[in-house]
Amino acid sequence: MSDQKKPKRRDFLFTASYALGAVGVGAAVWPLLDQMNPDKSVKALASTEVDVSSLEPGKSITVLWRGKPVFIKRRTQEEIAEARSVKLDELKHPEKDEDRAKNPEWLVMLGICTHLGCVPLGDKGEYNGWFCPCHGSHYDTSGRIRKGPAPTNLEIPKYEFVNSNTIKIG
Amino acid sequence: MKNIFKLITTIFFLVIFFNQKAITEETKNLLSTDWSFKGYFGKFDRAALQRGYQVYTEVCASCHSMKYLSYRNLAEEGGPEFSEEEAKAIAANFEVTDGPNDDGEMFTRPAKLSDKFVNPYQNDKEAIASNGGAYPPDMSVLVKARKGGADYVYSVLLGYEDPPSGISLDDGVYYNKYMYGNNIKMPKPLSDGMVEYNDGTNATEEQMAKDVVTFLAWSAEPHLEARHKIGFKAIVYLVILSILVYLSMKRLWSRIEPKV
Amino acid sequence: MSDHNYVPSSKIGKWFNDRLPLLSLSAHLREYPTPKNLNYWWTFGGILTFCLIAQIVTGIILAMHYVAHADLAFDSVEHIMRDVNYGWLIRYVHSNGASMFFLAVYIHIFRALYYGSYKSPREVIWIIGMIIYLLMMMTAFMGYVLPWGQMSFWGATVITNLFSAIPLAGESITNWLWGGYAVDNPTLTRFFSLHYLLPFLILGLVILHIWALHVPGNNNPVGIDLKKPSKDTVPFHPYIVVKDLFALLLFLIVFAFFVFYSPNILGHSDNYIEANPLVTPAHIVPEWYLLPFYAILRSVPDKLLGVIAMFASIFILVILPWLDTSKVRSAIFRPIYKQFYWILIIDVLILGYMGAMPAEGTYLLIARVATAYYFVHFLIILPVLGRIEKTLPVPLSITEPVLGGSPNPEMVKKRELYN
Repeated sequence: MSDQKKPKRRDFLFTASYALGAVGVGAAVWPLLDQMNPDKSVKALASTEVDVSSLEPGKSITVLWRGKPVFIKRRTQEEIAEARSVKLDELKHPEKDEDRAKNPEWLVMLGICTHLGCVPLGDKGEYNGWFCPCHGSHYDTSGRIRKGPAPTNLEIPKYEFVNSNTIKIG
Repeated sequence: MKNIFKLITTIFFLVIFFNQKAITEETKNLLSTDWSFKGYFGKFDRAALQRGYQVYTEVCASCHSMKYLSYRNLAEEGGPEFSEEEAKAIAANFEVTDGPNDDGEMFTRPAKLSDKFVNPYQNDKEAIASNGGAYPPDMSVLVKARKGGADYVYSVLLGYEDPPSGISLDDGVYYNKYMYGNNIKMPKPLSDGMVEYNDGTNATEEQMAKDVVTFLAWSAEPHLEARHKIGFKAIVYLVILSILVYLSMKRLWSRIEPKV
Repeated sequence: MSDHNYVPSSKIGKWFNDRLPLLSLSAHLREYPTPKNLNYWWTFGGILTFCLIAQIVTGIILAMHYVAHADLAFDSVEHIMRDVNYGWLIRYVHSNGASMFFLAVYIHIFRALYYGSYKSPREVIWIIGMIIYLLMMMTAFMGYVLPWGQMSFWGATVITNLFSAIPLAGESITNWLWGGYAVDNPTLTRFFSLHYLLPFLILGLVILHIWALHVPGNNNPVGIDLKKPSKDTVPFHPYIVVKDLFALLLFLIVFAFFVFYSPNILGHSDNYIEANPLVTPAHIVPEWYLLPFYAILRSVPDKLLGVIAMFASIFILVILPWLDTSKVRSAIFRPIYKQFYWILIIDVLILGYMGAMPAEGTYLLIARVATAYYFVHFLIILPVLGRIEKTLPVPLSITEPVLGGSPNPEMVKKRELYN
């Protein structure tokens, strides 16, 4: 190794080998990780249709969508009024009830506490909405977080009324 | 070292050679055609897959299930690649049983993309009873489940002929040149003009057999195209990296005397 | 093991190393003096380590999606092949990986046979290796059952029925193995459990295998003892590492070829038909790597003796270090042994071919002759040959006898004449 060129070429060779090797390892690891993502059969189970014709005002049902509970509540006029009278600056996560329930009578939301994923109980809590028994989060009649550790309101999934009796979630 | 290098190369080519030989060996007596999915860069012919699906639904599906396929597969990449709307429309033609509903009763509804292909029979026993005691095999992986693969299924479809003199067959048993044991309980399934292709292709017996076998080859190996594509990249990559590592090795070992 | 005293340069490294000498271990592995004349047949140890790790990683992943239940196993494999992201790739790597693993292990074993690597002081390495090989066969067999295809089911039935050959207790033993009166769901679930467990036992034994190797150090093509470290050795890193890596890459090209272009060629088409206890496939064959043993089993006309012969053919390898009485290790210096070595290879290949053929007529006759020769080779030829063979003179060191290359027996002989 007396002349200058040799170590340089060697360095280049080694660097190129290492770099290309690293690319290959990366490419080989990706399938090993990606296999844990939702597979095609899971992704295909997109939507659920629910018949809500028998639901009385003030009552709610819970349905399963993508393995998660969805609350469908037919609200009474008092509950709607209560939800719509709240000022936005009182809210931890300000959202208008009008935006959360397009059709004011129907509230459709994921029944999963935004704190750590428990299922809140209906008609409970200090705001007449939902109450999560795990860590004491209180939600109002619009499913908005009012008190407790949860950071955000209960999530609204994508849904639509197929006809006046049927809601399609997803 | 050069000798070893030569040896490895030889082994490599022997592997390729025997692979090819093994493939041709087991299919030497079978009919074959110019399958587009064979070879290192093989791909499925989309039009043939779509026609093949048509043959399957109109001819085969009355007896043969394809329980591992879902309607969504028809729109997936590397398959027949119907548009999503077309696949939805295809699915909606079928009735599936769902439930139980809130009253605890099963009900039927039009199929969705996420549903599996509808099975022509309630269960295997019914399938056997309705077909003279022979179970019409599920066709999802049929091509991989038969020695000779696509060529074999293609040959059986076209291998019906009158039994040679001296062989008498029971009722409901047919003579097939390529079937294992030559006796088959499936009546000759294809005849010219049996289906009417939307794309105007002439529906000859050979054409239908080729199309439906292409469709079955895809259903048995739905990721074949991805496999060929990734494989080519992987092997090119490995060859380049091998060369680099070989040169690096030469460099390193040049410090050692005597050289290897 | 080279007993140098490694002292880490950093203070924290020294603190840690005094409590758990991992850094010393790593230094030992890097500096491990390796004979510099190792040829490419010696790279299969590294390749096998890669195979084991690859099988464990892909296997753990497959177990995330596979369902070990007689009603669902076949469906879940199809689910992996169709729906799971890259599931087809991972399964094909795993199923072809088993074949590649055996290909490599056979080369590794036959390398040891050629260069006498099983001889003193390396008997323990060899015996551990044979236990690993036995565990590999068990693991591969149980893994082949898991897809619950026709070959899985009938392979399991045939192999477990081997134990029914045991006098008196046979039936109780097979029922115990099956967890029932035939291969069924309980058999599948226990095979799955053991198939998951055994590779980790293999991994443990591989560590012992390497540990046992590092005590006397590697054998080498010349088969002589070396002073370590010396002019005849190089540090494992980077010299041997880079060479192993190059060989591994070539091996991976062959591997990739199978996975991407002929993923089912080493399997059997009947295994894509779901298991059916009412119908036996026309022609049952085990996977290719078990064929020679299968041929030995079938060539003995008695049920019990056939089973004994098959197990004996493996056990005989365990006691090989004491059957081969020659003091010279490498076949390079054993002209007659070299001939018999190649005859043995051909014999084993013939046995493998006969294992795939129907057990009748000429095939059976050839299989019987080949079986007999297999035992003659180990039980008669090797012990006798060691005593009567006139071996070629063995060089004193790798570098000394011939300059500028690995020793060539012809040249060694010539030098011997000149002296």
